[in-house]
Amino acid sequence: MSKTYHLTAPLSDEDVVQLKVGDIVYLSGIIYTARDAAHKKLIDLMDEGKELPFDVKGSVIYFVGPTPPKPGDPIGSAGPTTSYRMDSYSPRLINEMGQKGMIGKGKRNQEVIDACVKSKAIYFGATGGAGALLARQIKSAEVIAYPELGPEAIRRLEVVDFPLTVVNDTYGDDLYKIGRAKYEIAD
Amino acid sequence: MREIKYEDIVKAVKDHIIYSGTNLSKDALAALNKAYDEEESPVCKEVLKQLLENADIAANEARPLCQDTGLAVFFVKVGEDLKVVGGTLKDAINEGTEKGYEEGYFRASTCVWNTRENLKDKVGYNLPAIIHFDLVAGDGLEIEYAAKGGGSENVSRATVLPPAAGRDGIVSFVKEVVSNAGPNPCPPIIVGVGIGGTFENAAISSKHALFRTVGTTNEDAVLNDMEGELMTKLNNLGIGAMGMGGRETVLGVHIEANPCHIASLPVSVNVQCHSSRHTSFKL
Repeated sequence: MSKTYHLTAPLSDEDVVQLKVGDIVYLSGIIYTARDAAHKKLIDLMDEGKELPFDVKGSVIYFVGPTPPKPGDPIGSAGPTTSYRMDSYSPRLINEMGQKGMIGKGKRNQEVIDACVKSKAIYFGATGGAGALLARQIKSAEVIAYPELGPEAIRRLEVVDFPLTVVNDTYGDDLYKIGRAKYEIAD
Repeated sequence: MREIKYEDIVKAVKDHIIYSGTNLSKDALAALNKAYDEEESPVCKEVLKQLLENADIAANEARPLCQDTGLAVFFVKVGEDLKVVGGTLKDAINEGTEKGYEEGYFRASTCVWNTRENLKDKVGYNLPAIIHFDLVAGDGLEIEYAAKGGGSENVSRATVLPPAAGRDGIVSFVKEVVSNAGPNPCPPIIVGVGIGGTFENAAISSKHALFRTVGTTNEDAVLNDMEGELMTKLNNLGIGAMGMGGRETVLGVHIEANPCHIASLPVSVNVQCHSSRHTSFKL
């Protein structure tokens, strides 16, 4: 049976090892946004031995490119984008920099799943297409790097009770496989 | 000859883009409500609940339903006896698109294919729109519009089967595409299938099939029967809302078919996420 947790980012090893696929997590605290264009820039900085624009250790990165905020709002609609585009970048951030969480939607490859086991990290699913609902849980947003990328810039977000489901845990399990097998009916 | 003002087209396009980007289409909303009522999987039921809440918030607060406000796709039937005054029809649709995306606080999601630059000033704000024109008799103007997101477009596929593959070959190709897509296109999805014609004809038909009202019957009995078979087979995949495992994977299967070359059986599958933002209007 799935459990419900309230956690605060940045996350520790202790926070993530208790989580199992299918668990519900309401996440509060500080998280960062990045899509593929920003991930590539982070990896380039790592290759050059330069400092990254935020402290990746313990961090949770949200794969999102929000709509522009309406006047008076911190952010526009902000649901997850498809995560496989970050598959070639995430393992290095997890294994070498200590990233602890990713928020997105859709399948990850085996390298990402292995990195989650090896270096204790979690891949969380958020509800794709629920951009207006999820934006309500974002209390502030500030572009901290790459403003030229527009919606793909890196933003520092303050979130409260951001609703997530554990898709890949630190034990190598995958909710997409387990969940589907439970409801699949053979022809 | 009937005359229509350029500015009137611009305004209508702009208004429909803003409205449909913030108000989930009635057919998609009804299909989501039905899926919510019937879903057995608790995790998927929670996802569907969030989607219904999201539709409420978006409509009440005039916010984009999804941050992926898509590329603007139009199917336009223009009467041969219609004259646009003050500019071209194509420019009017593009200008309406740019204004709609800008004034609705929608995302600029168009980029140059190789540099991936988001050229708001050069390419325009979500320009150029994707427009399919059809010249028809009379003096009417009918515009069908949909916002097409990237996640569901990325899993769409086209092929040309040998004629011997027949109906069963088409059914297994569609099943393979949806199965491989899994959670990625934001299920529950609408599946557009284009059969026959030439290669691009099948692809365009599969796109146009997505504009049909969800929950309606196909007028062609053979296609209607295939749609029913596919609905069952695709829901049996167990993918569920957001791929987390459940019964409600597909909200609708829509097929359009065309005559084709004696040597070929083109098939295209175009997937639409649950956030089906589409509308049609006459001017």
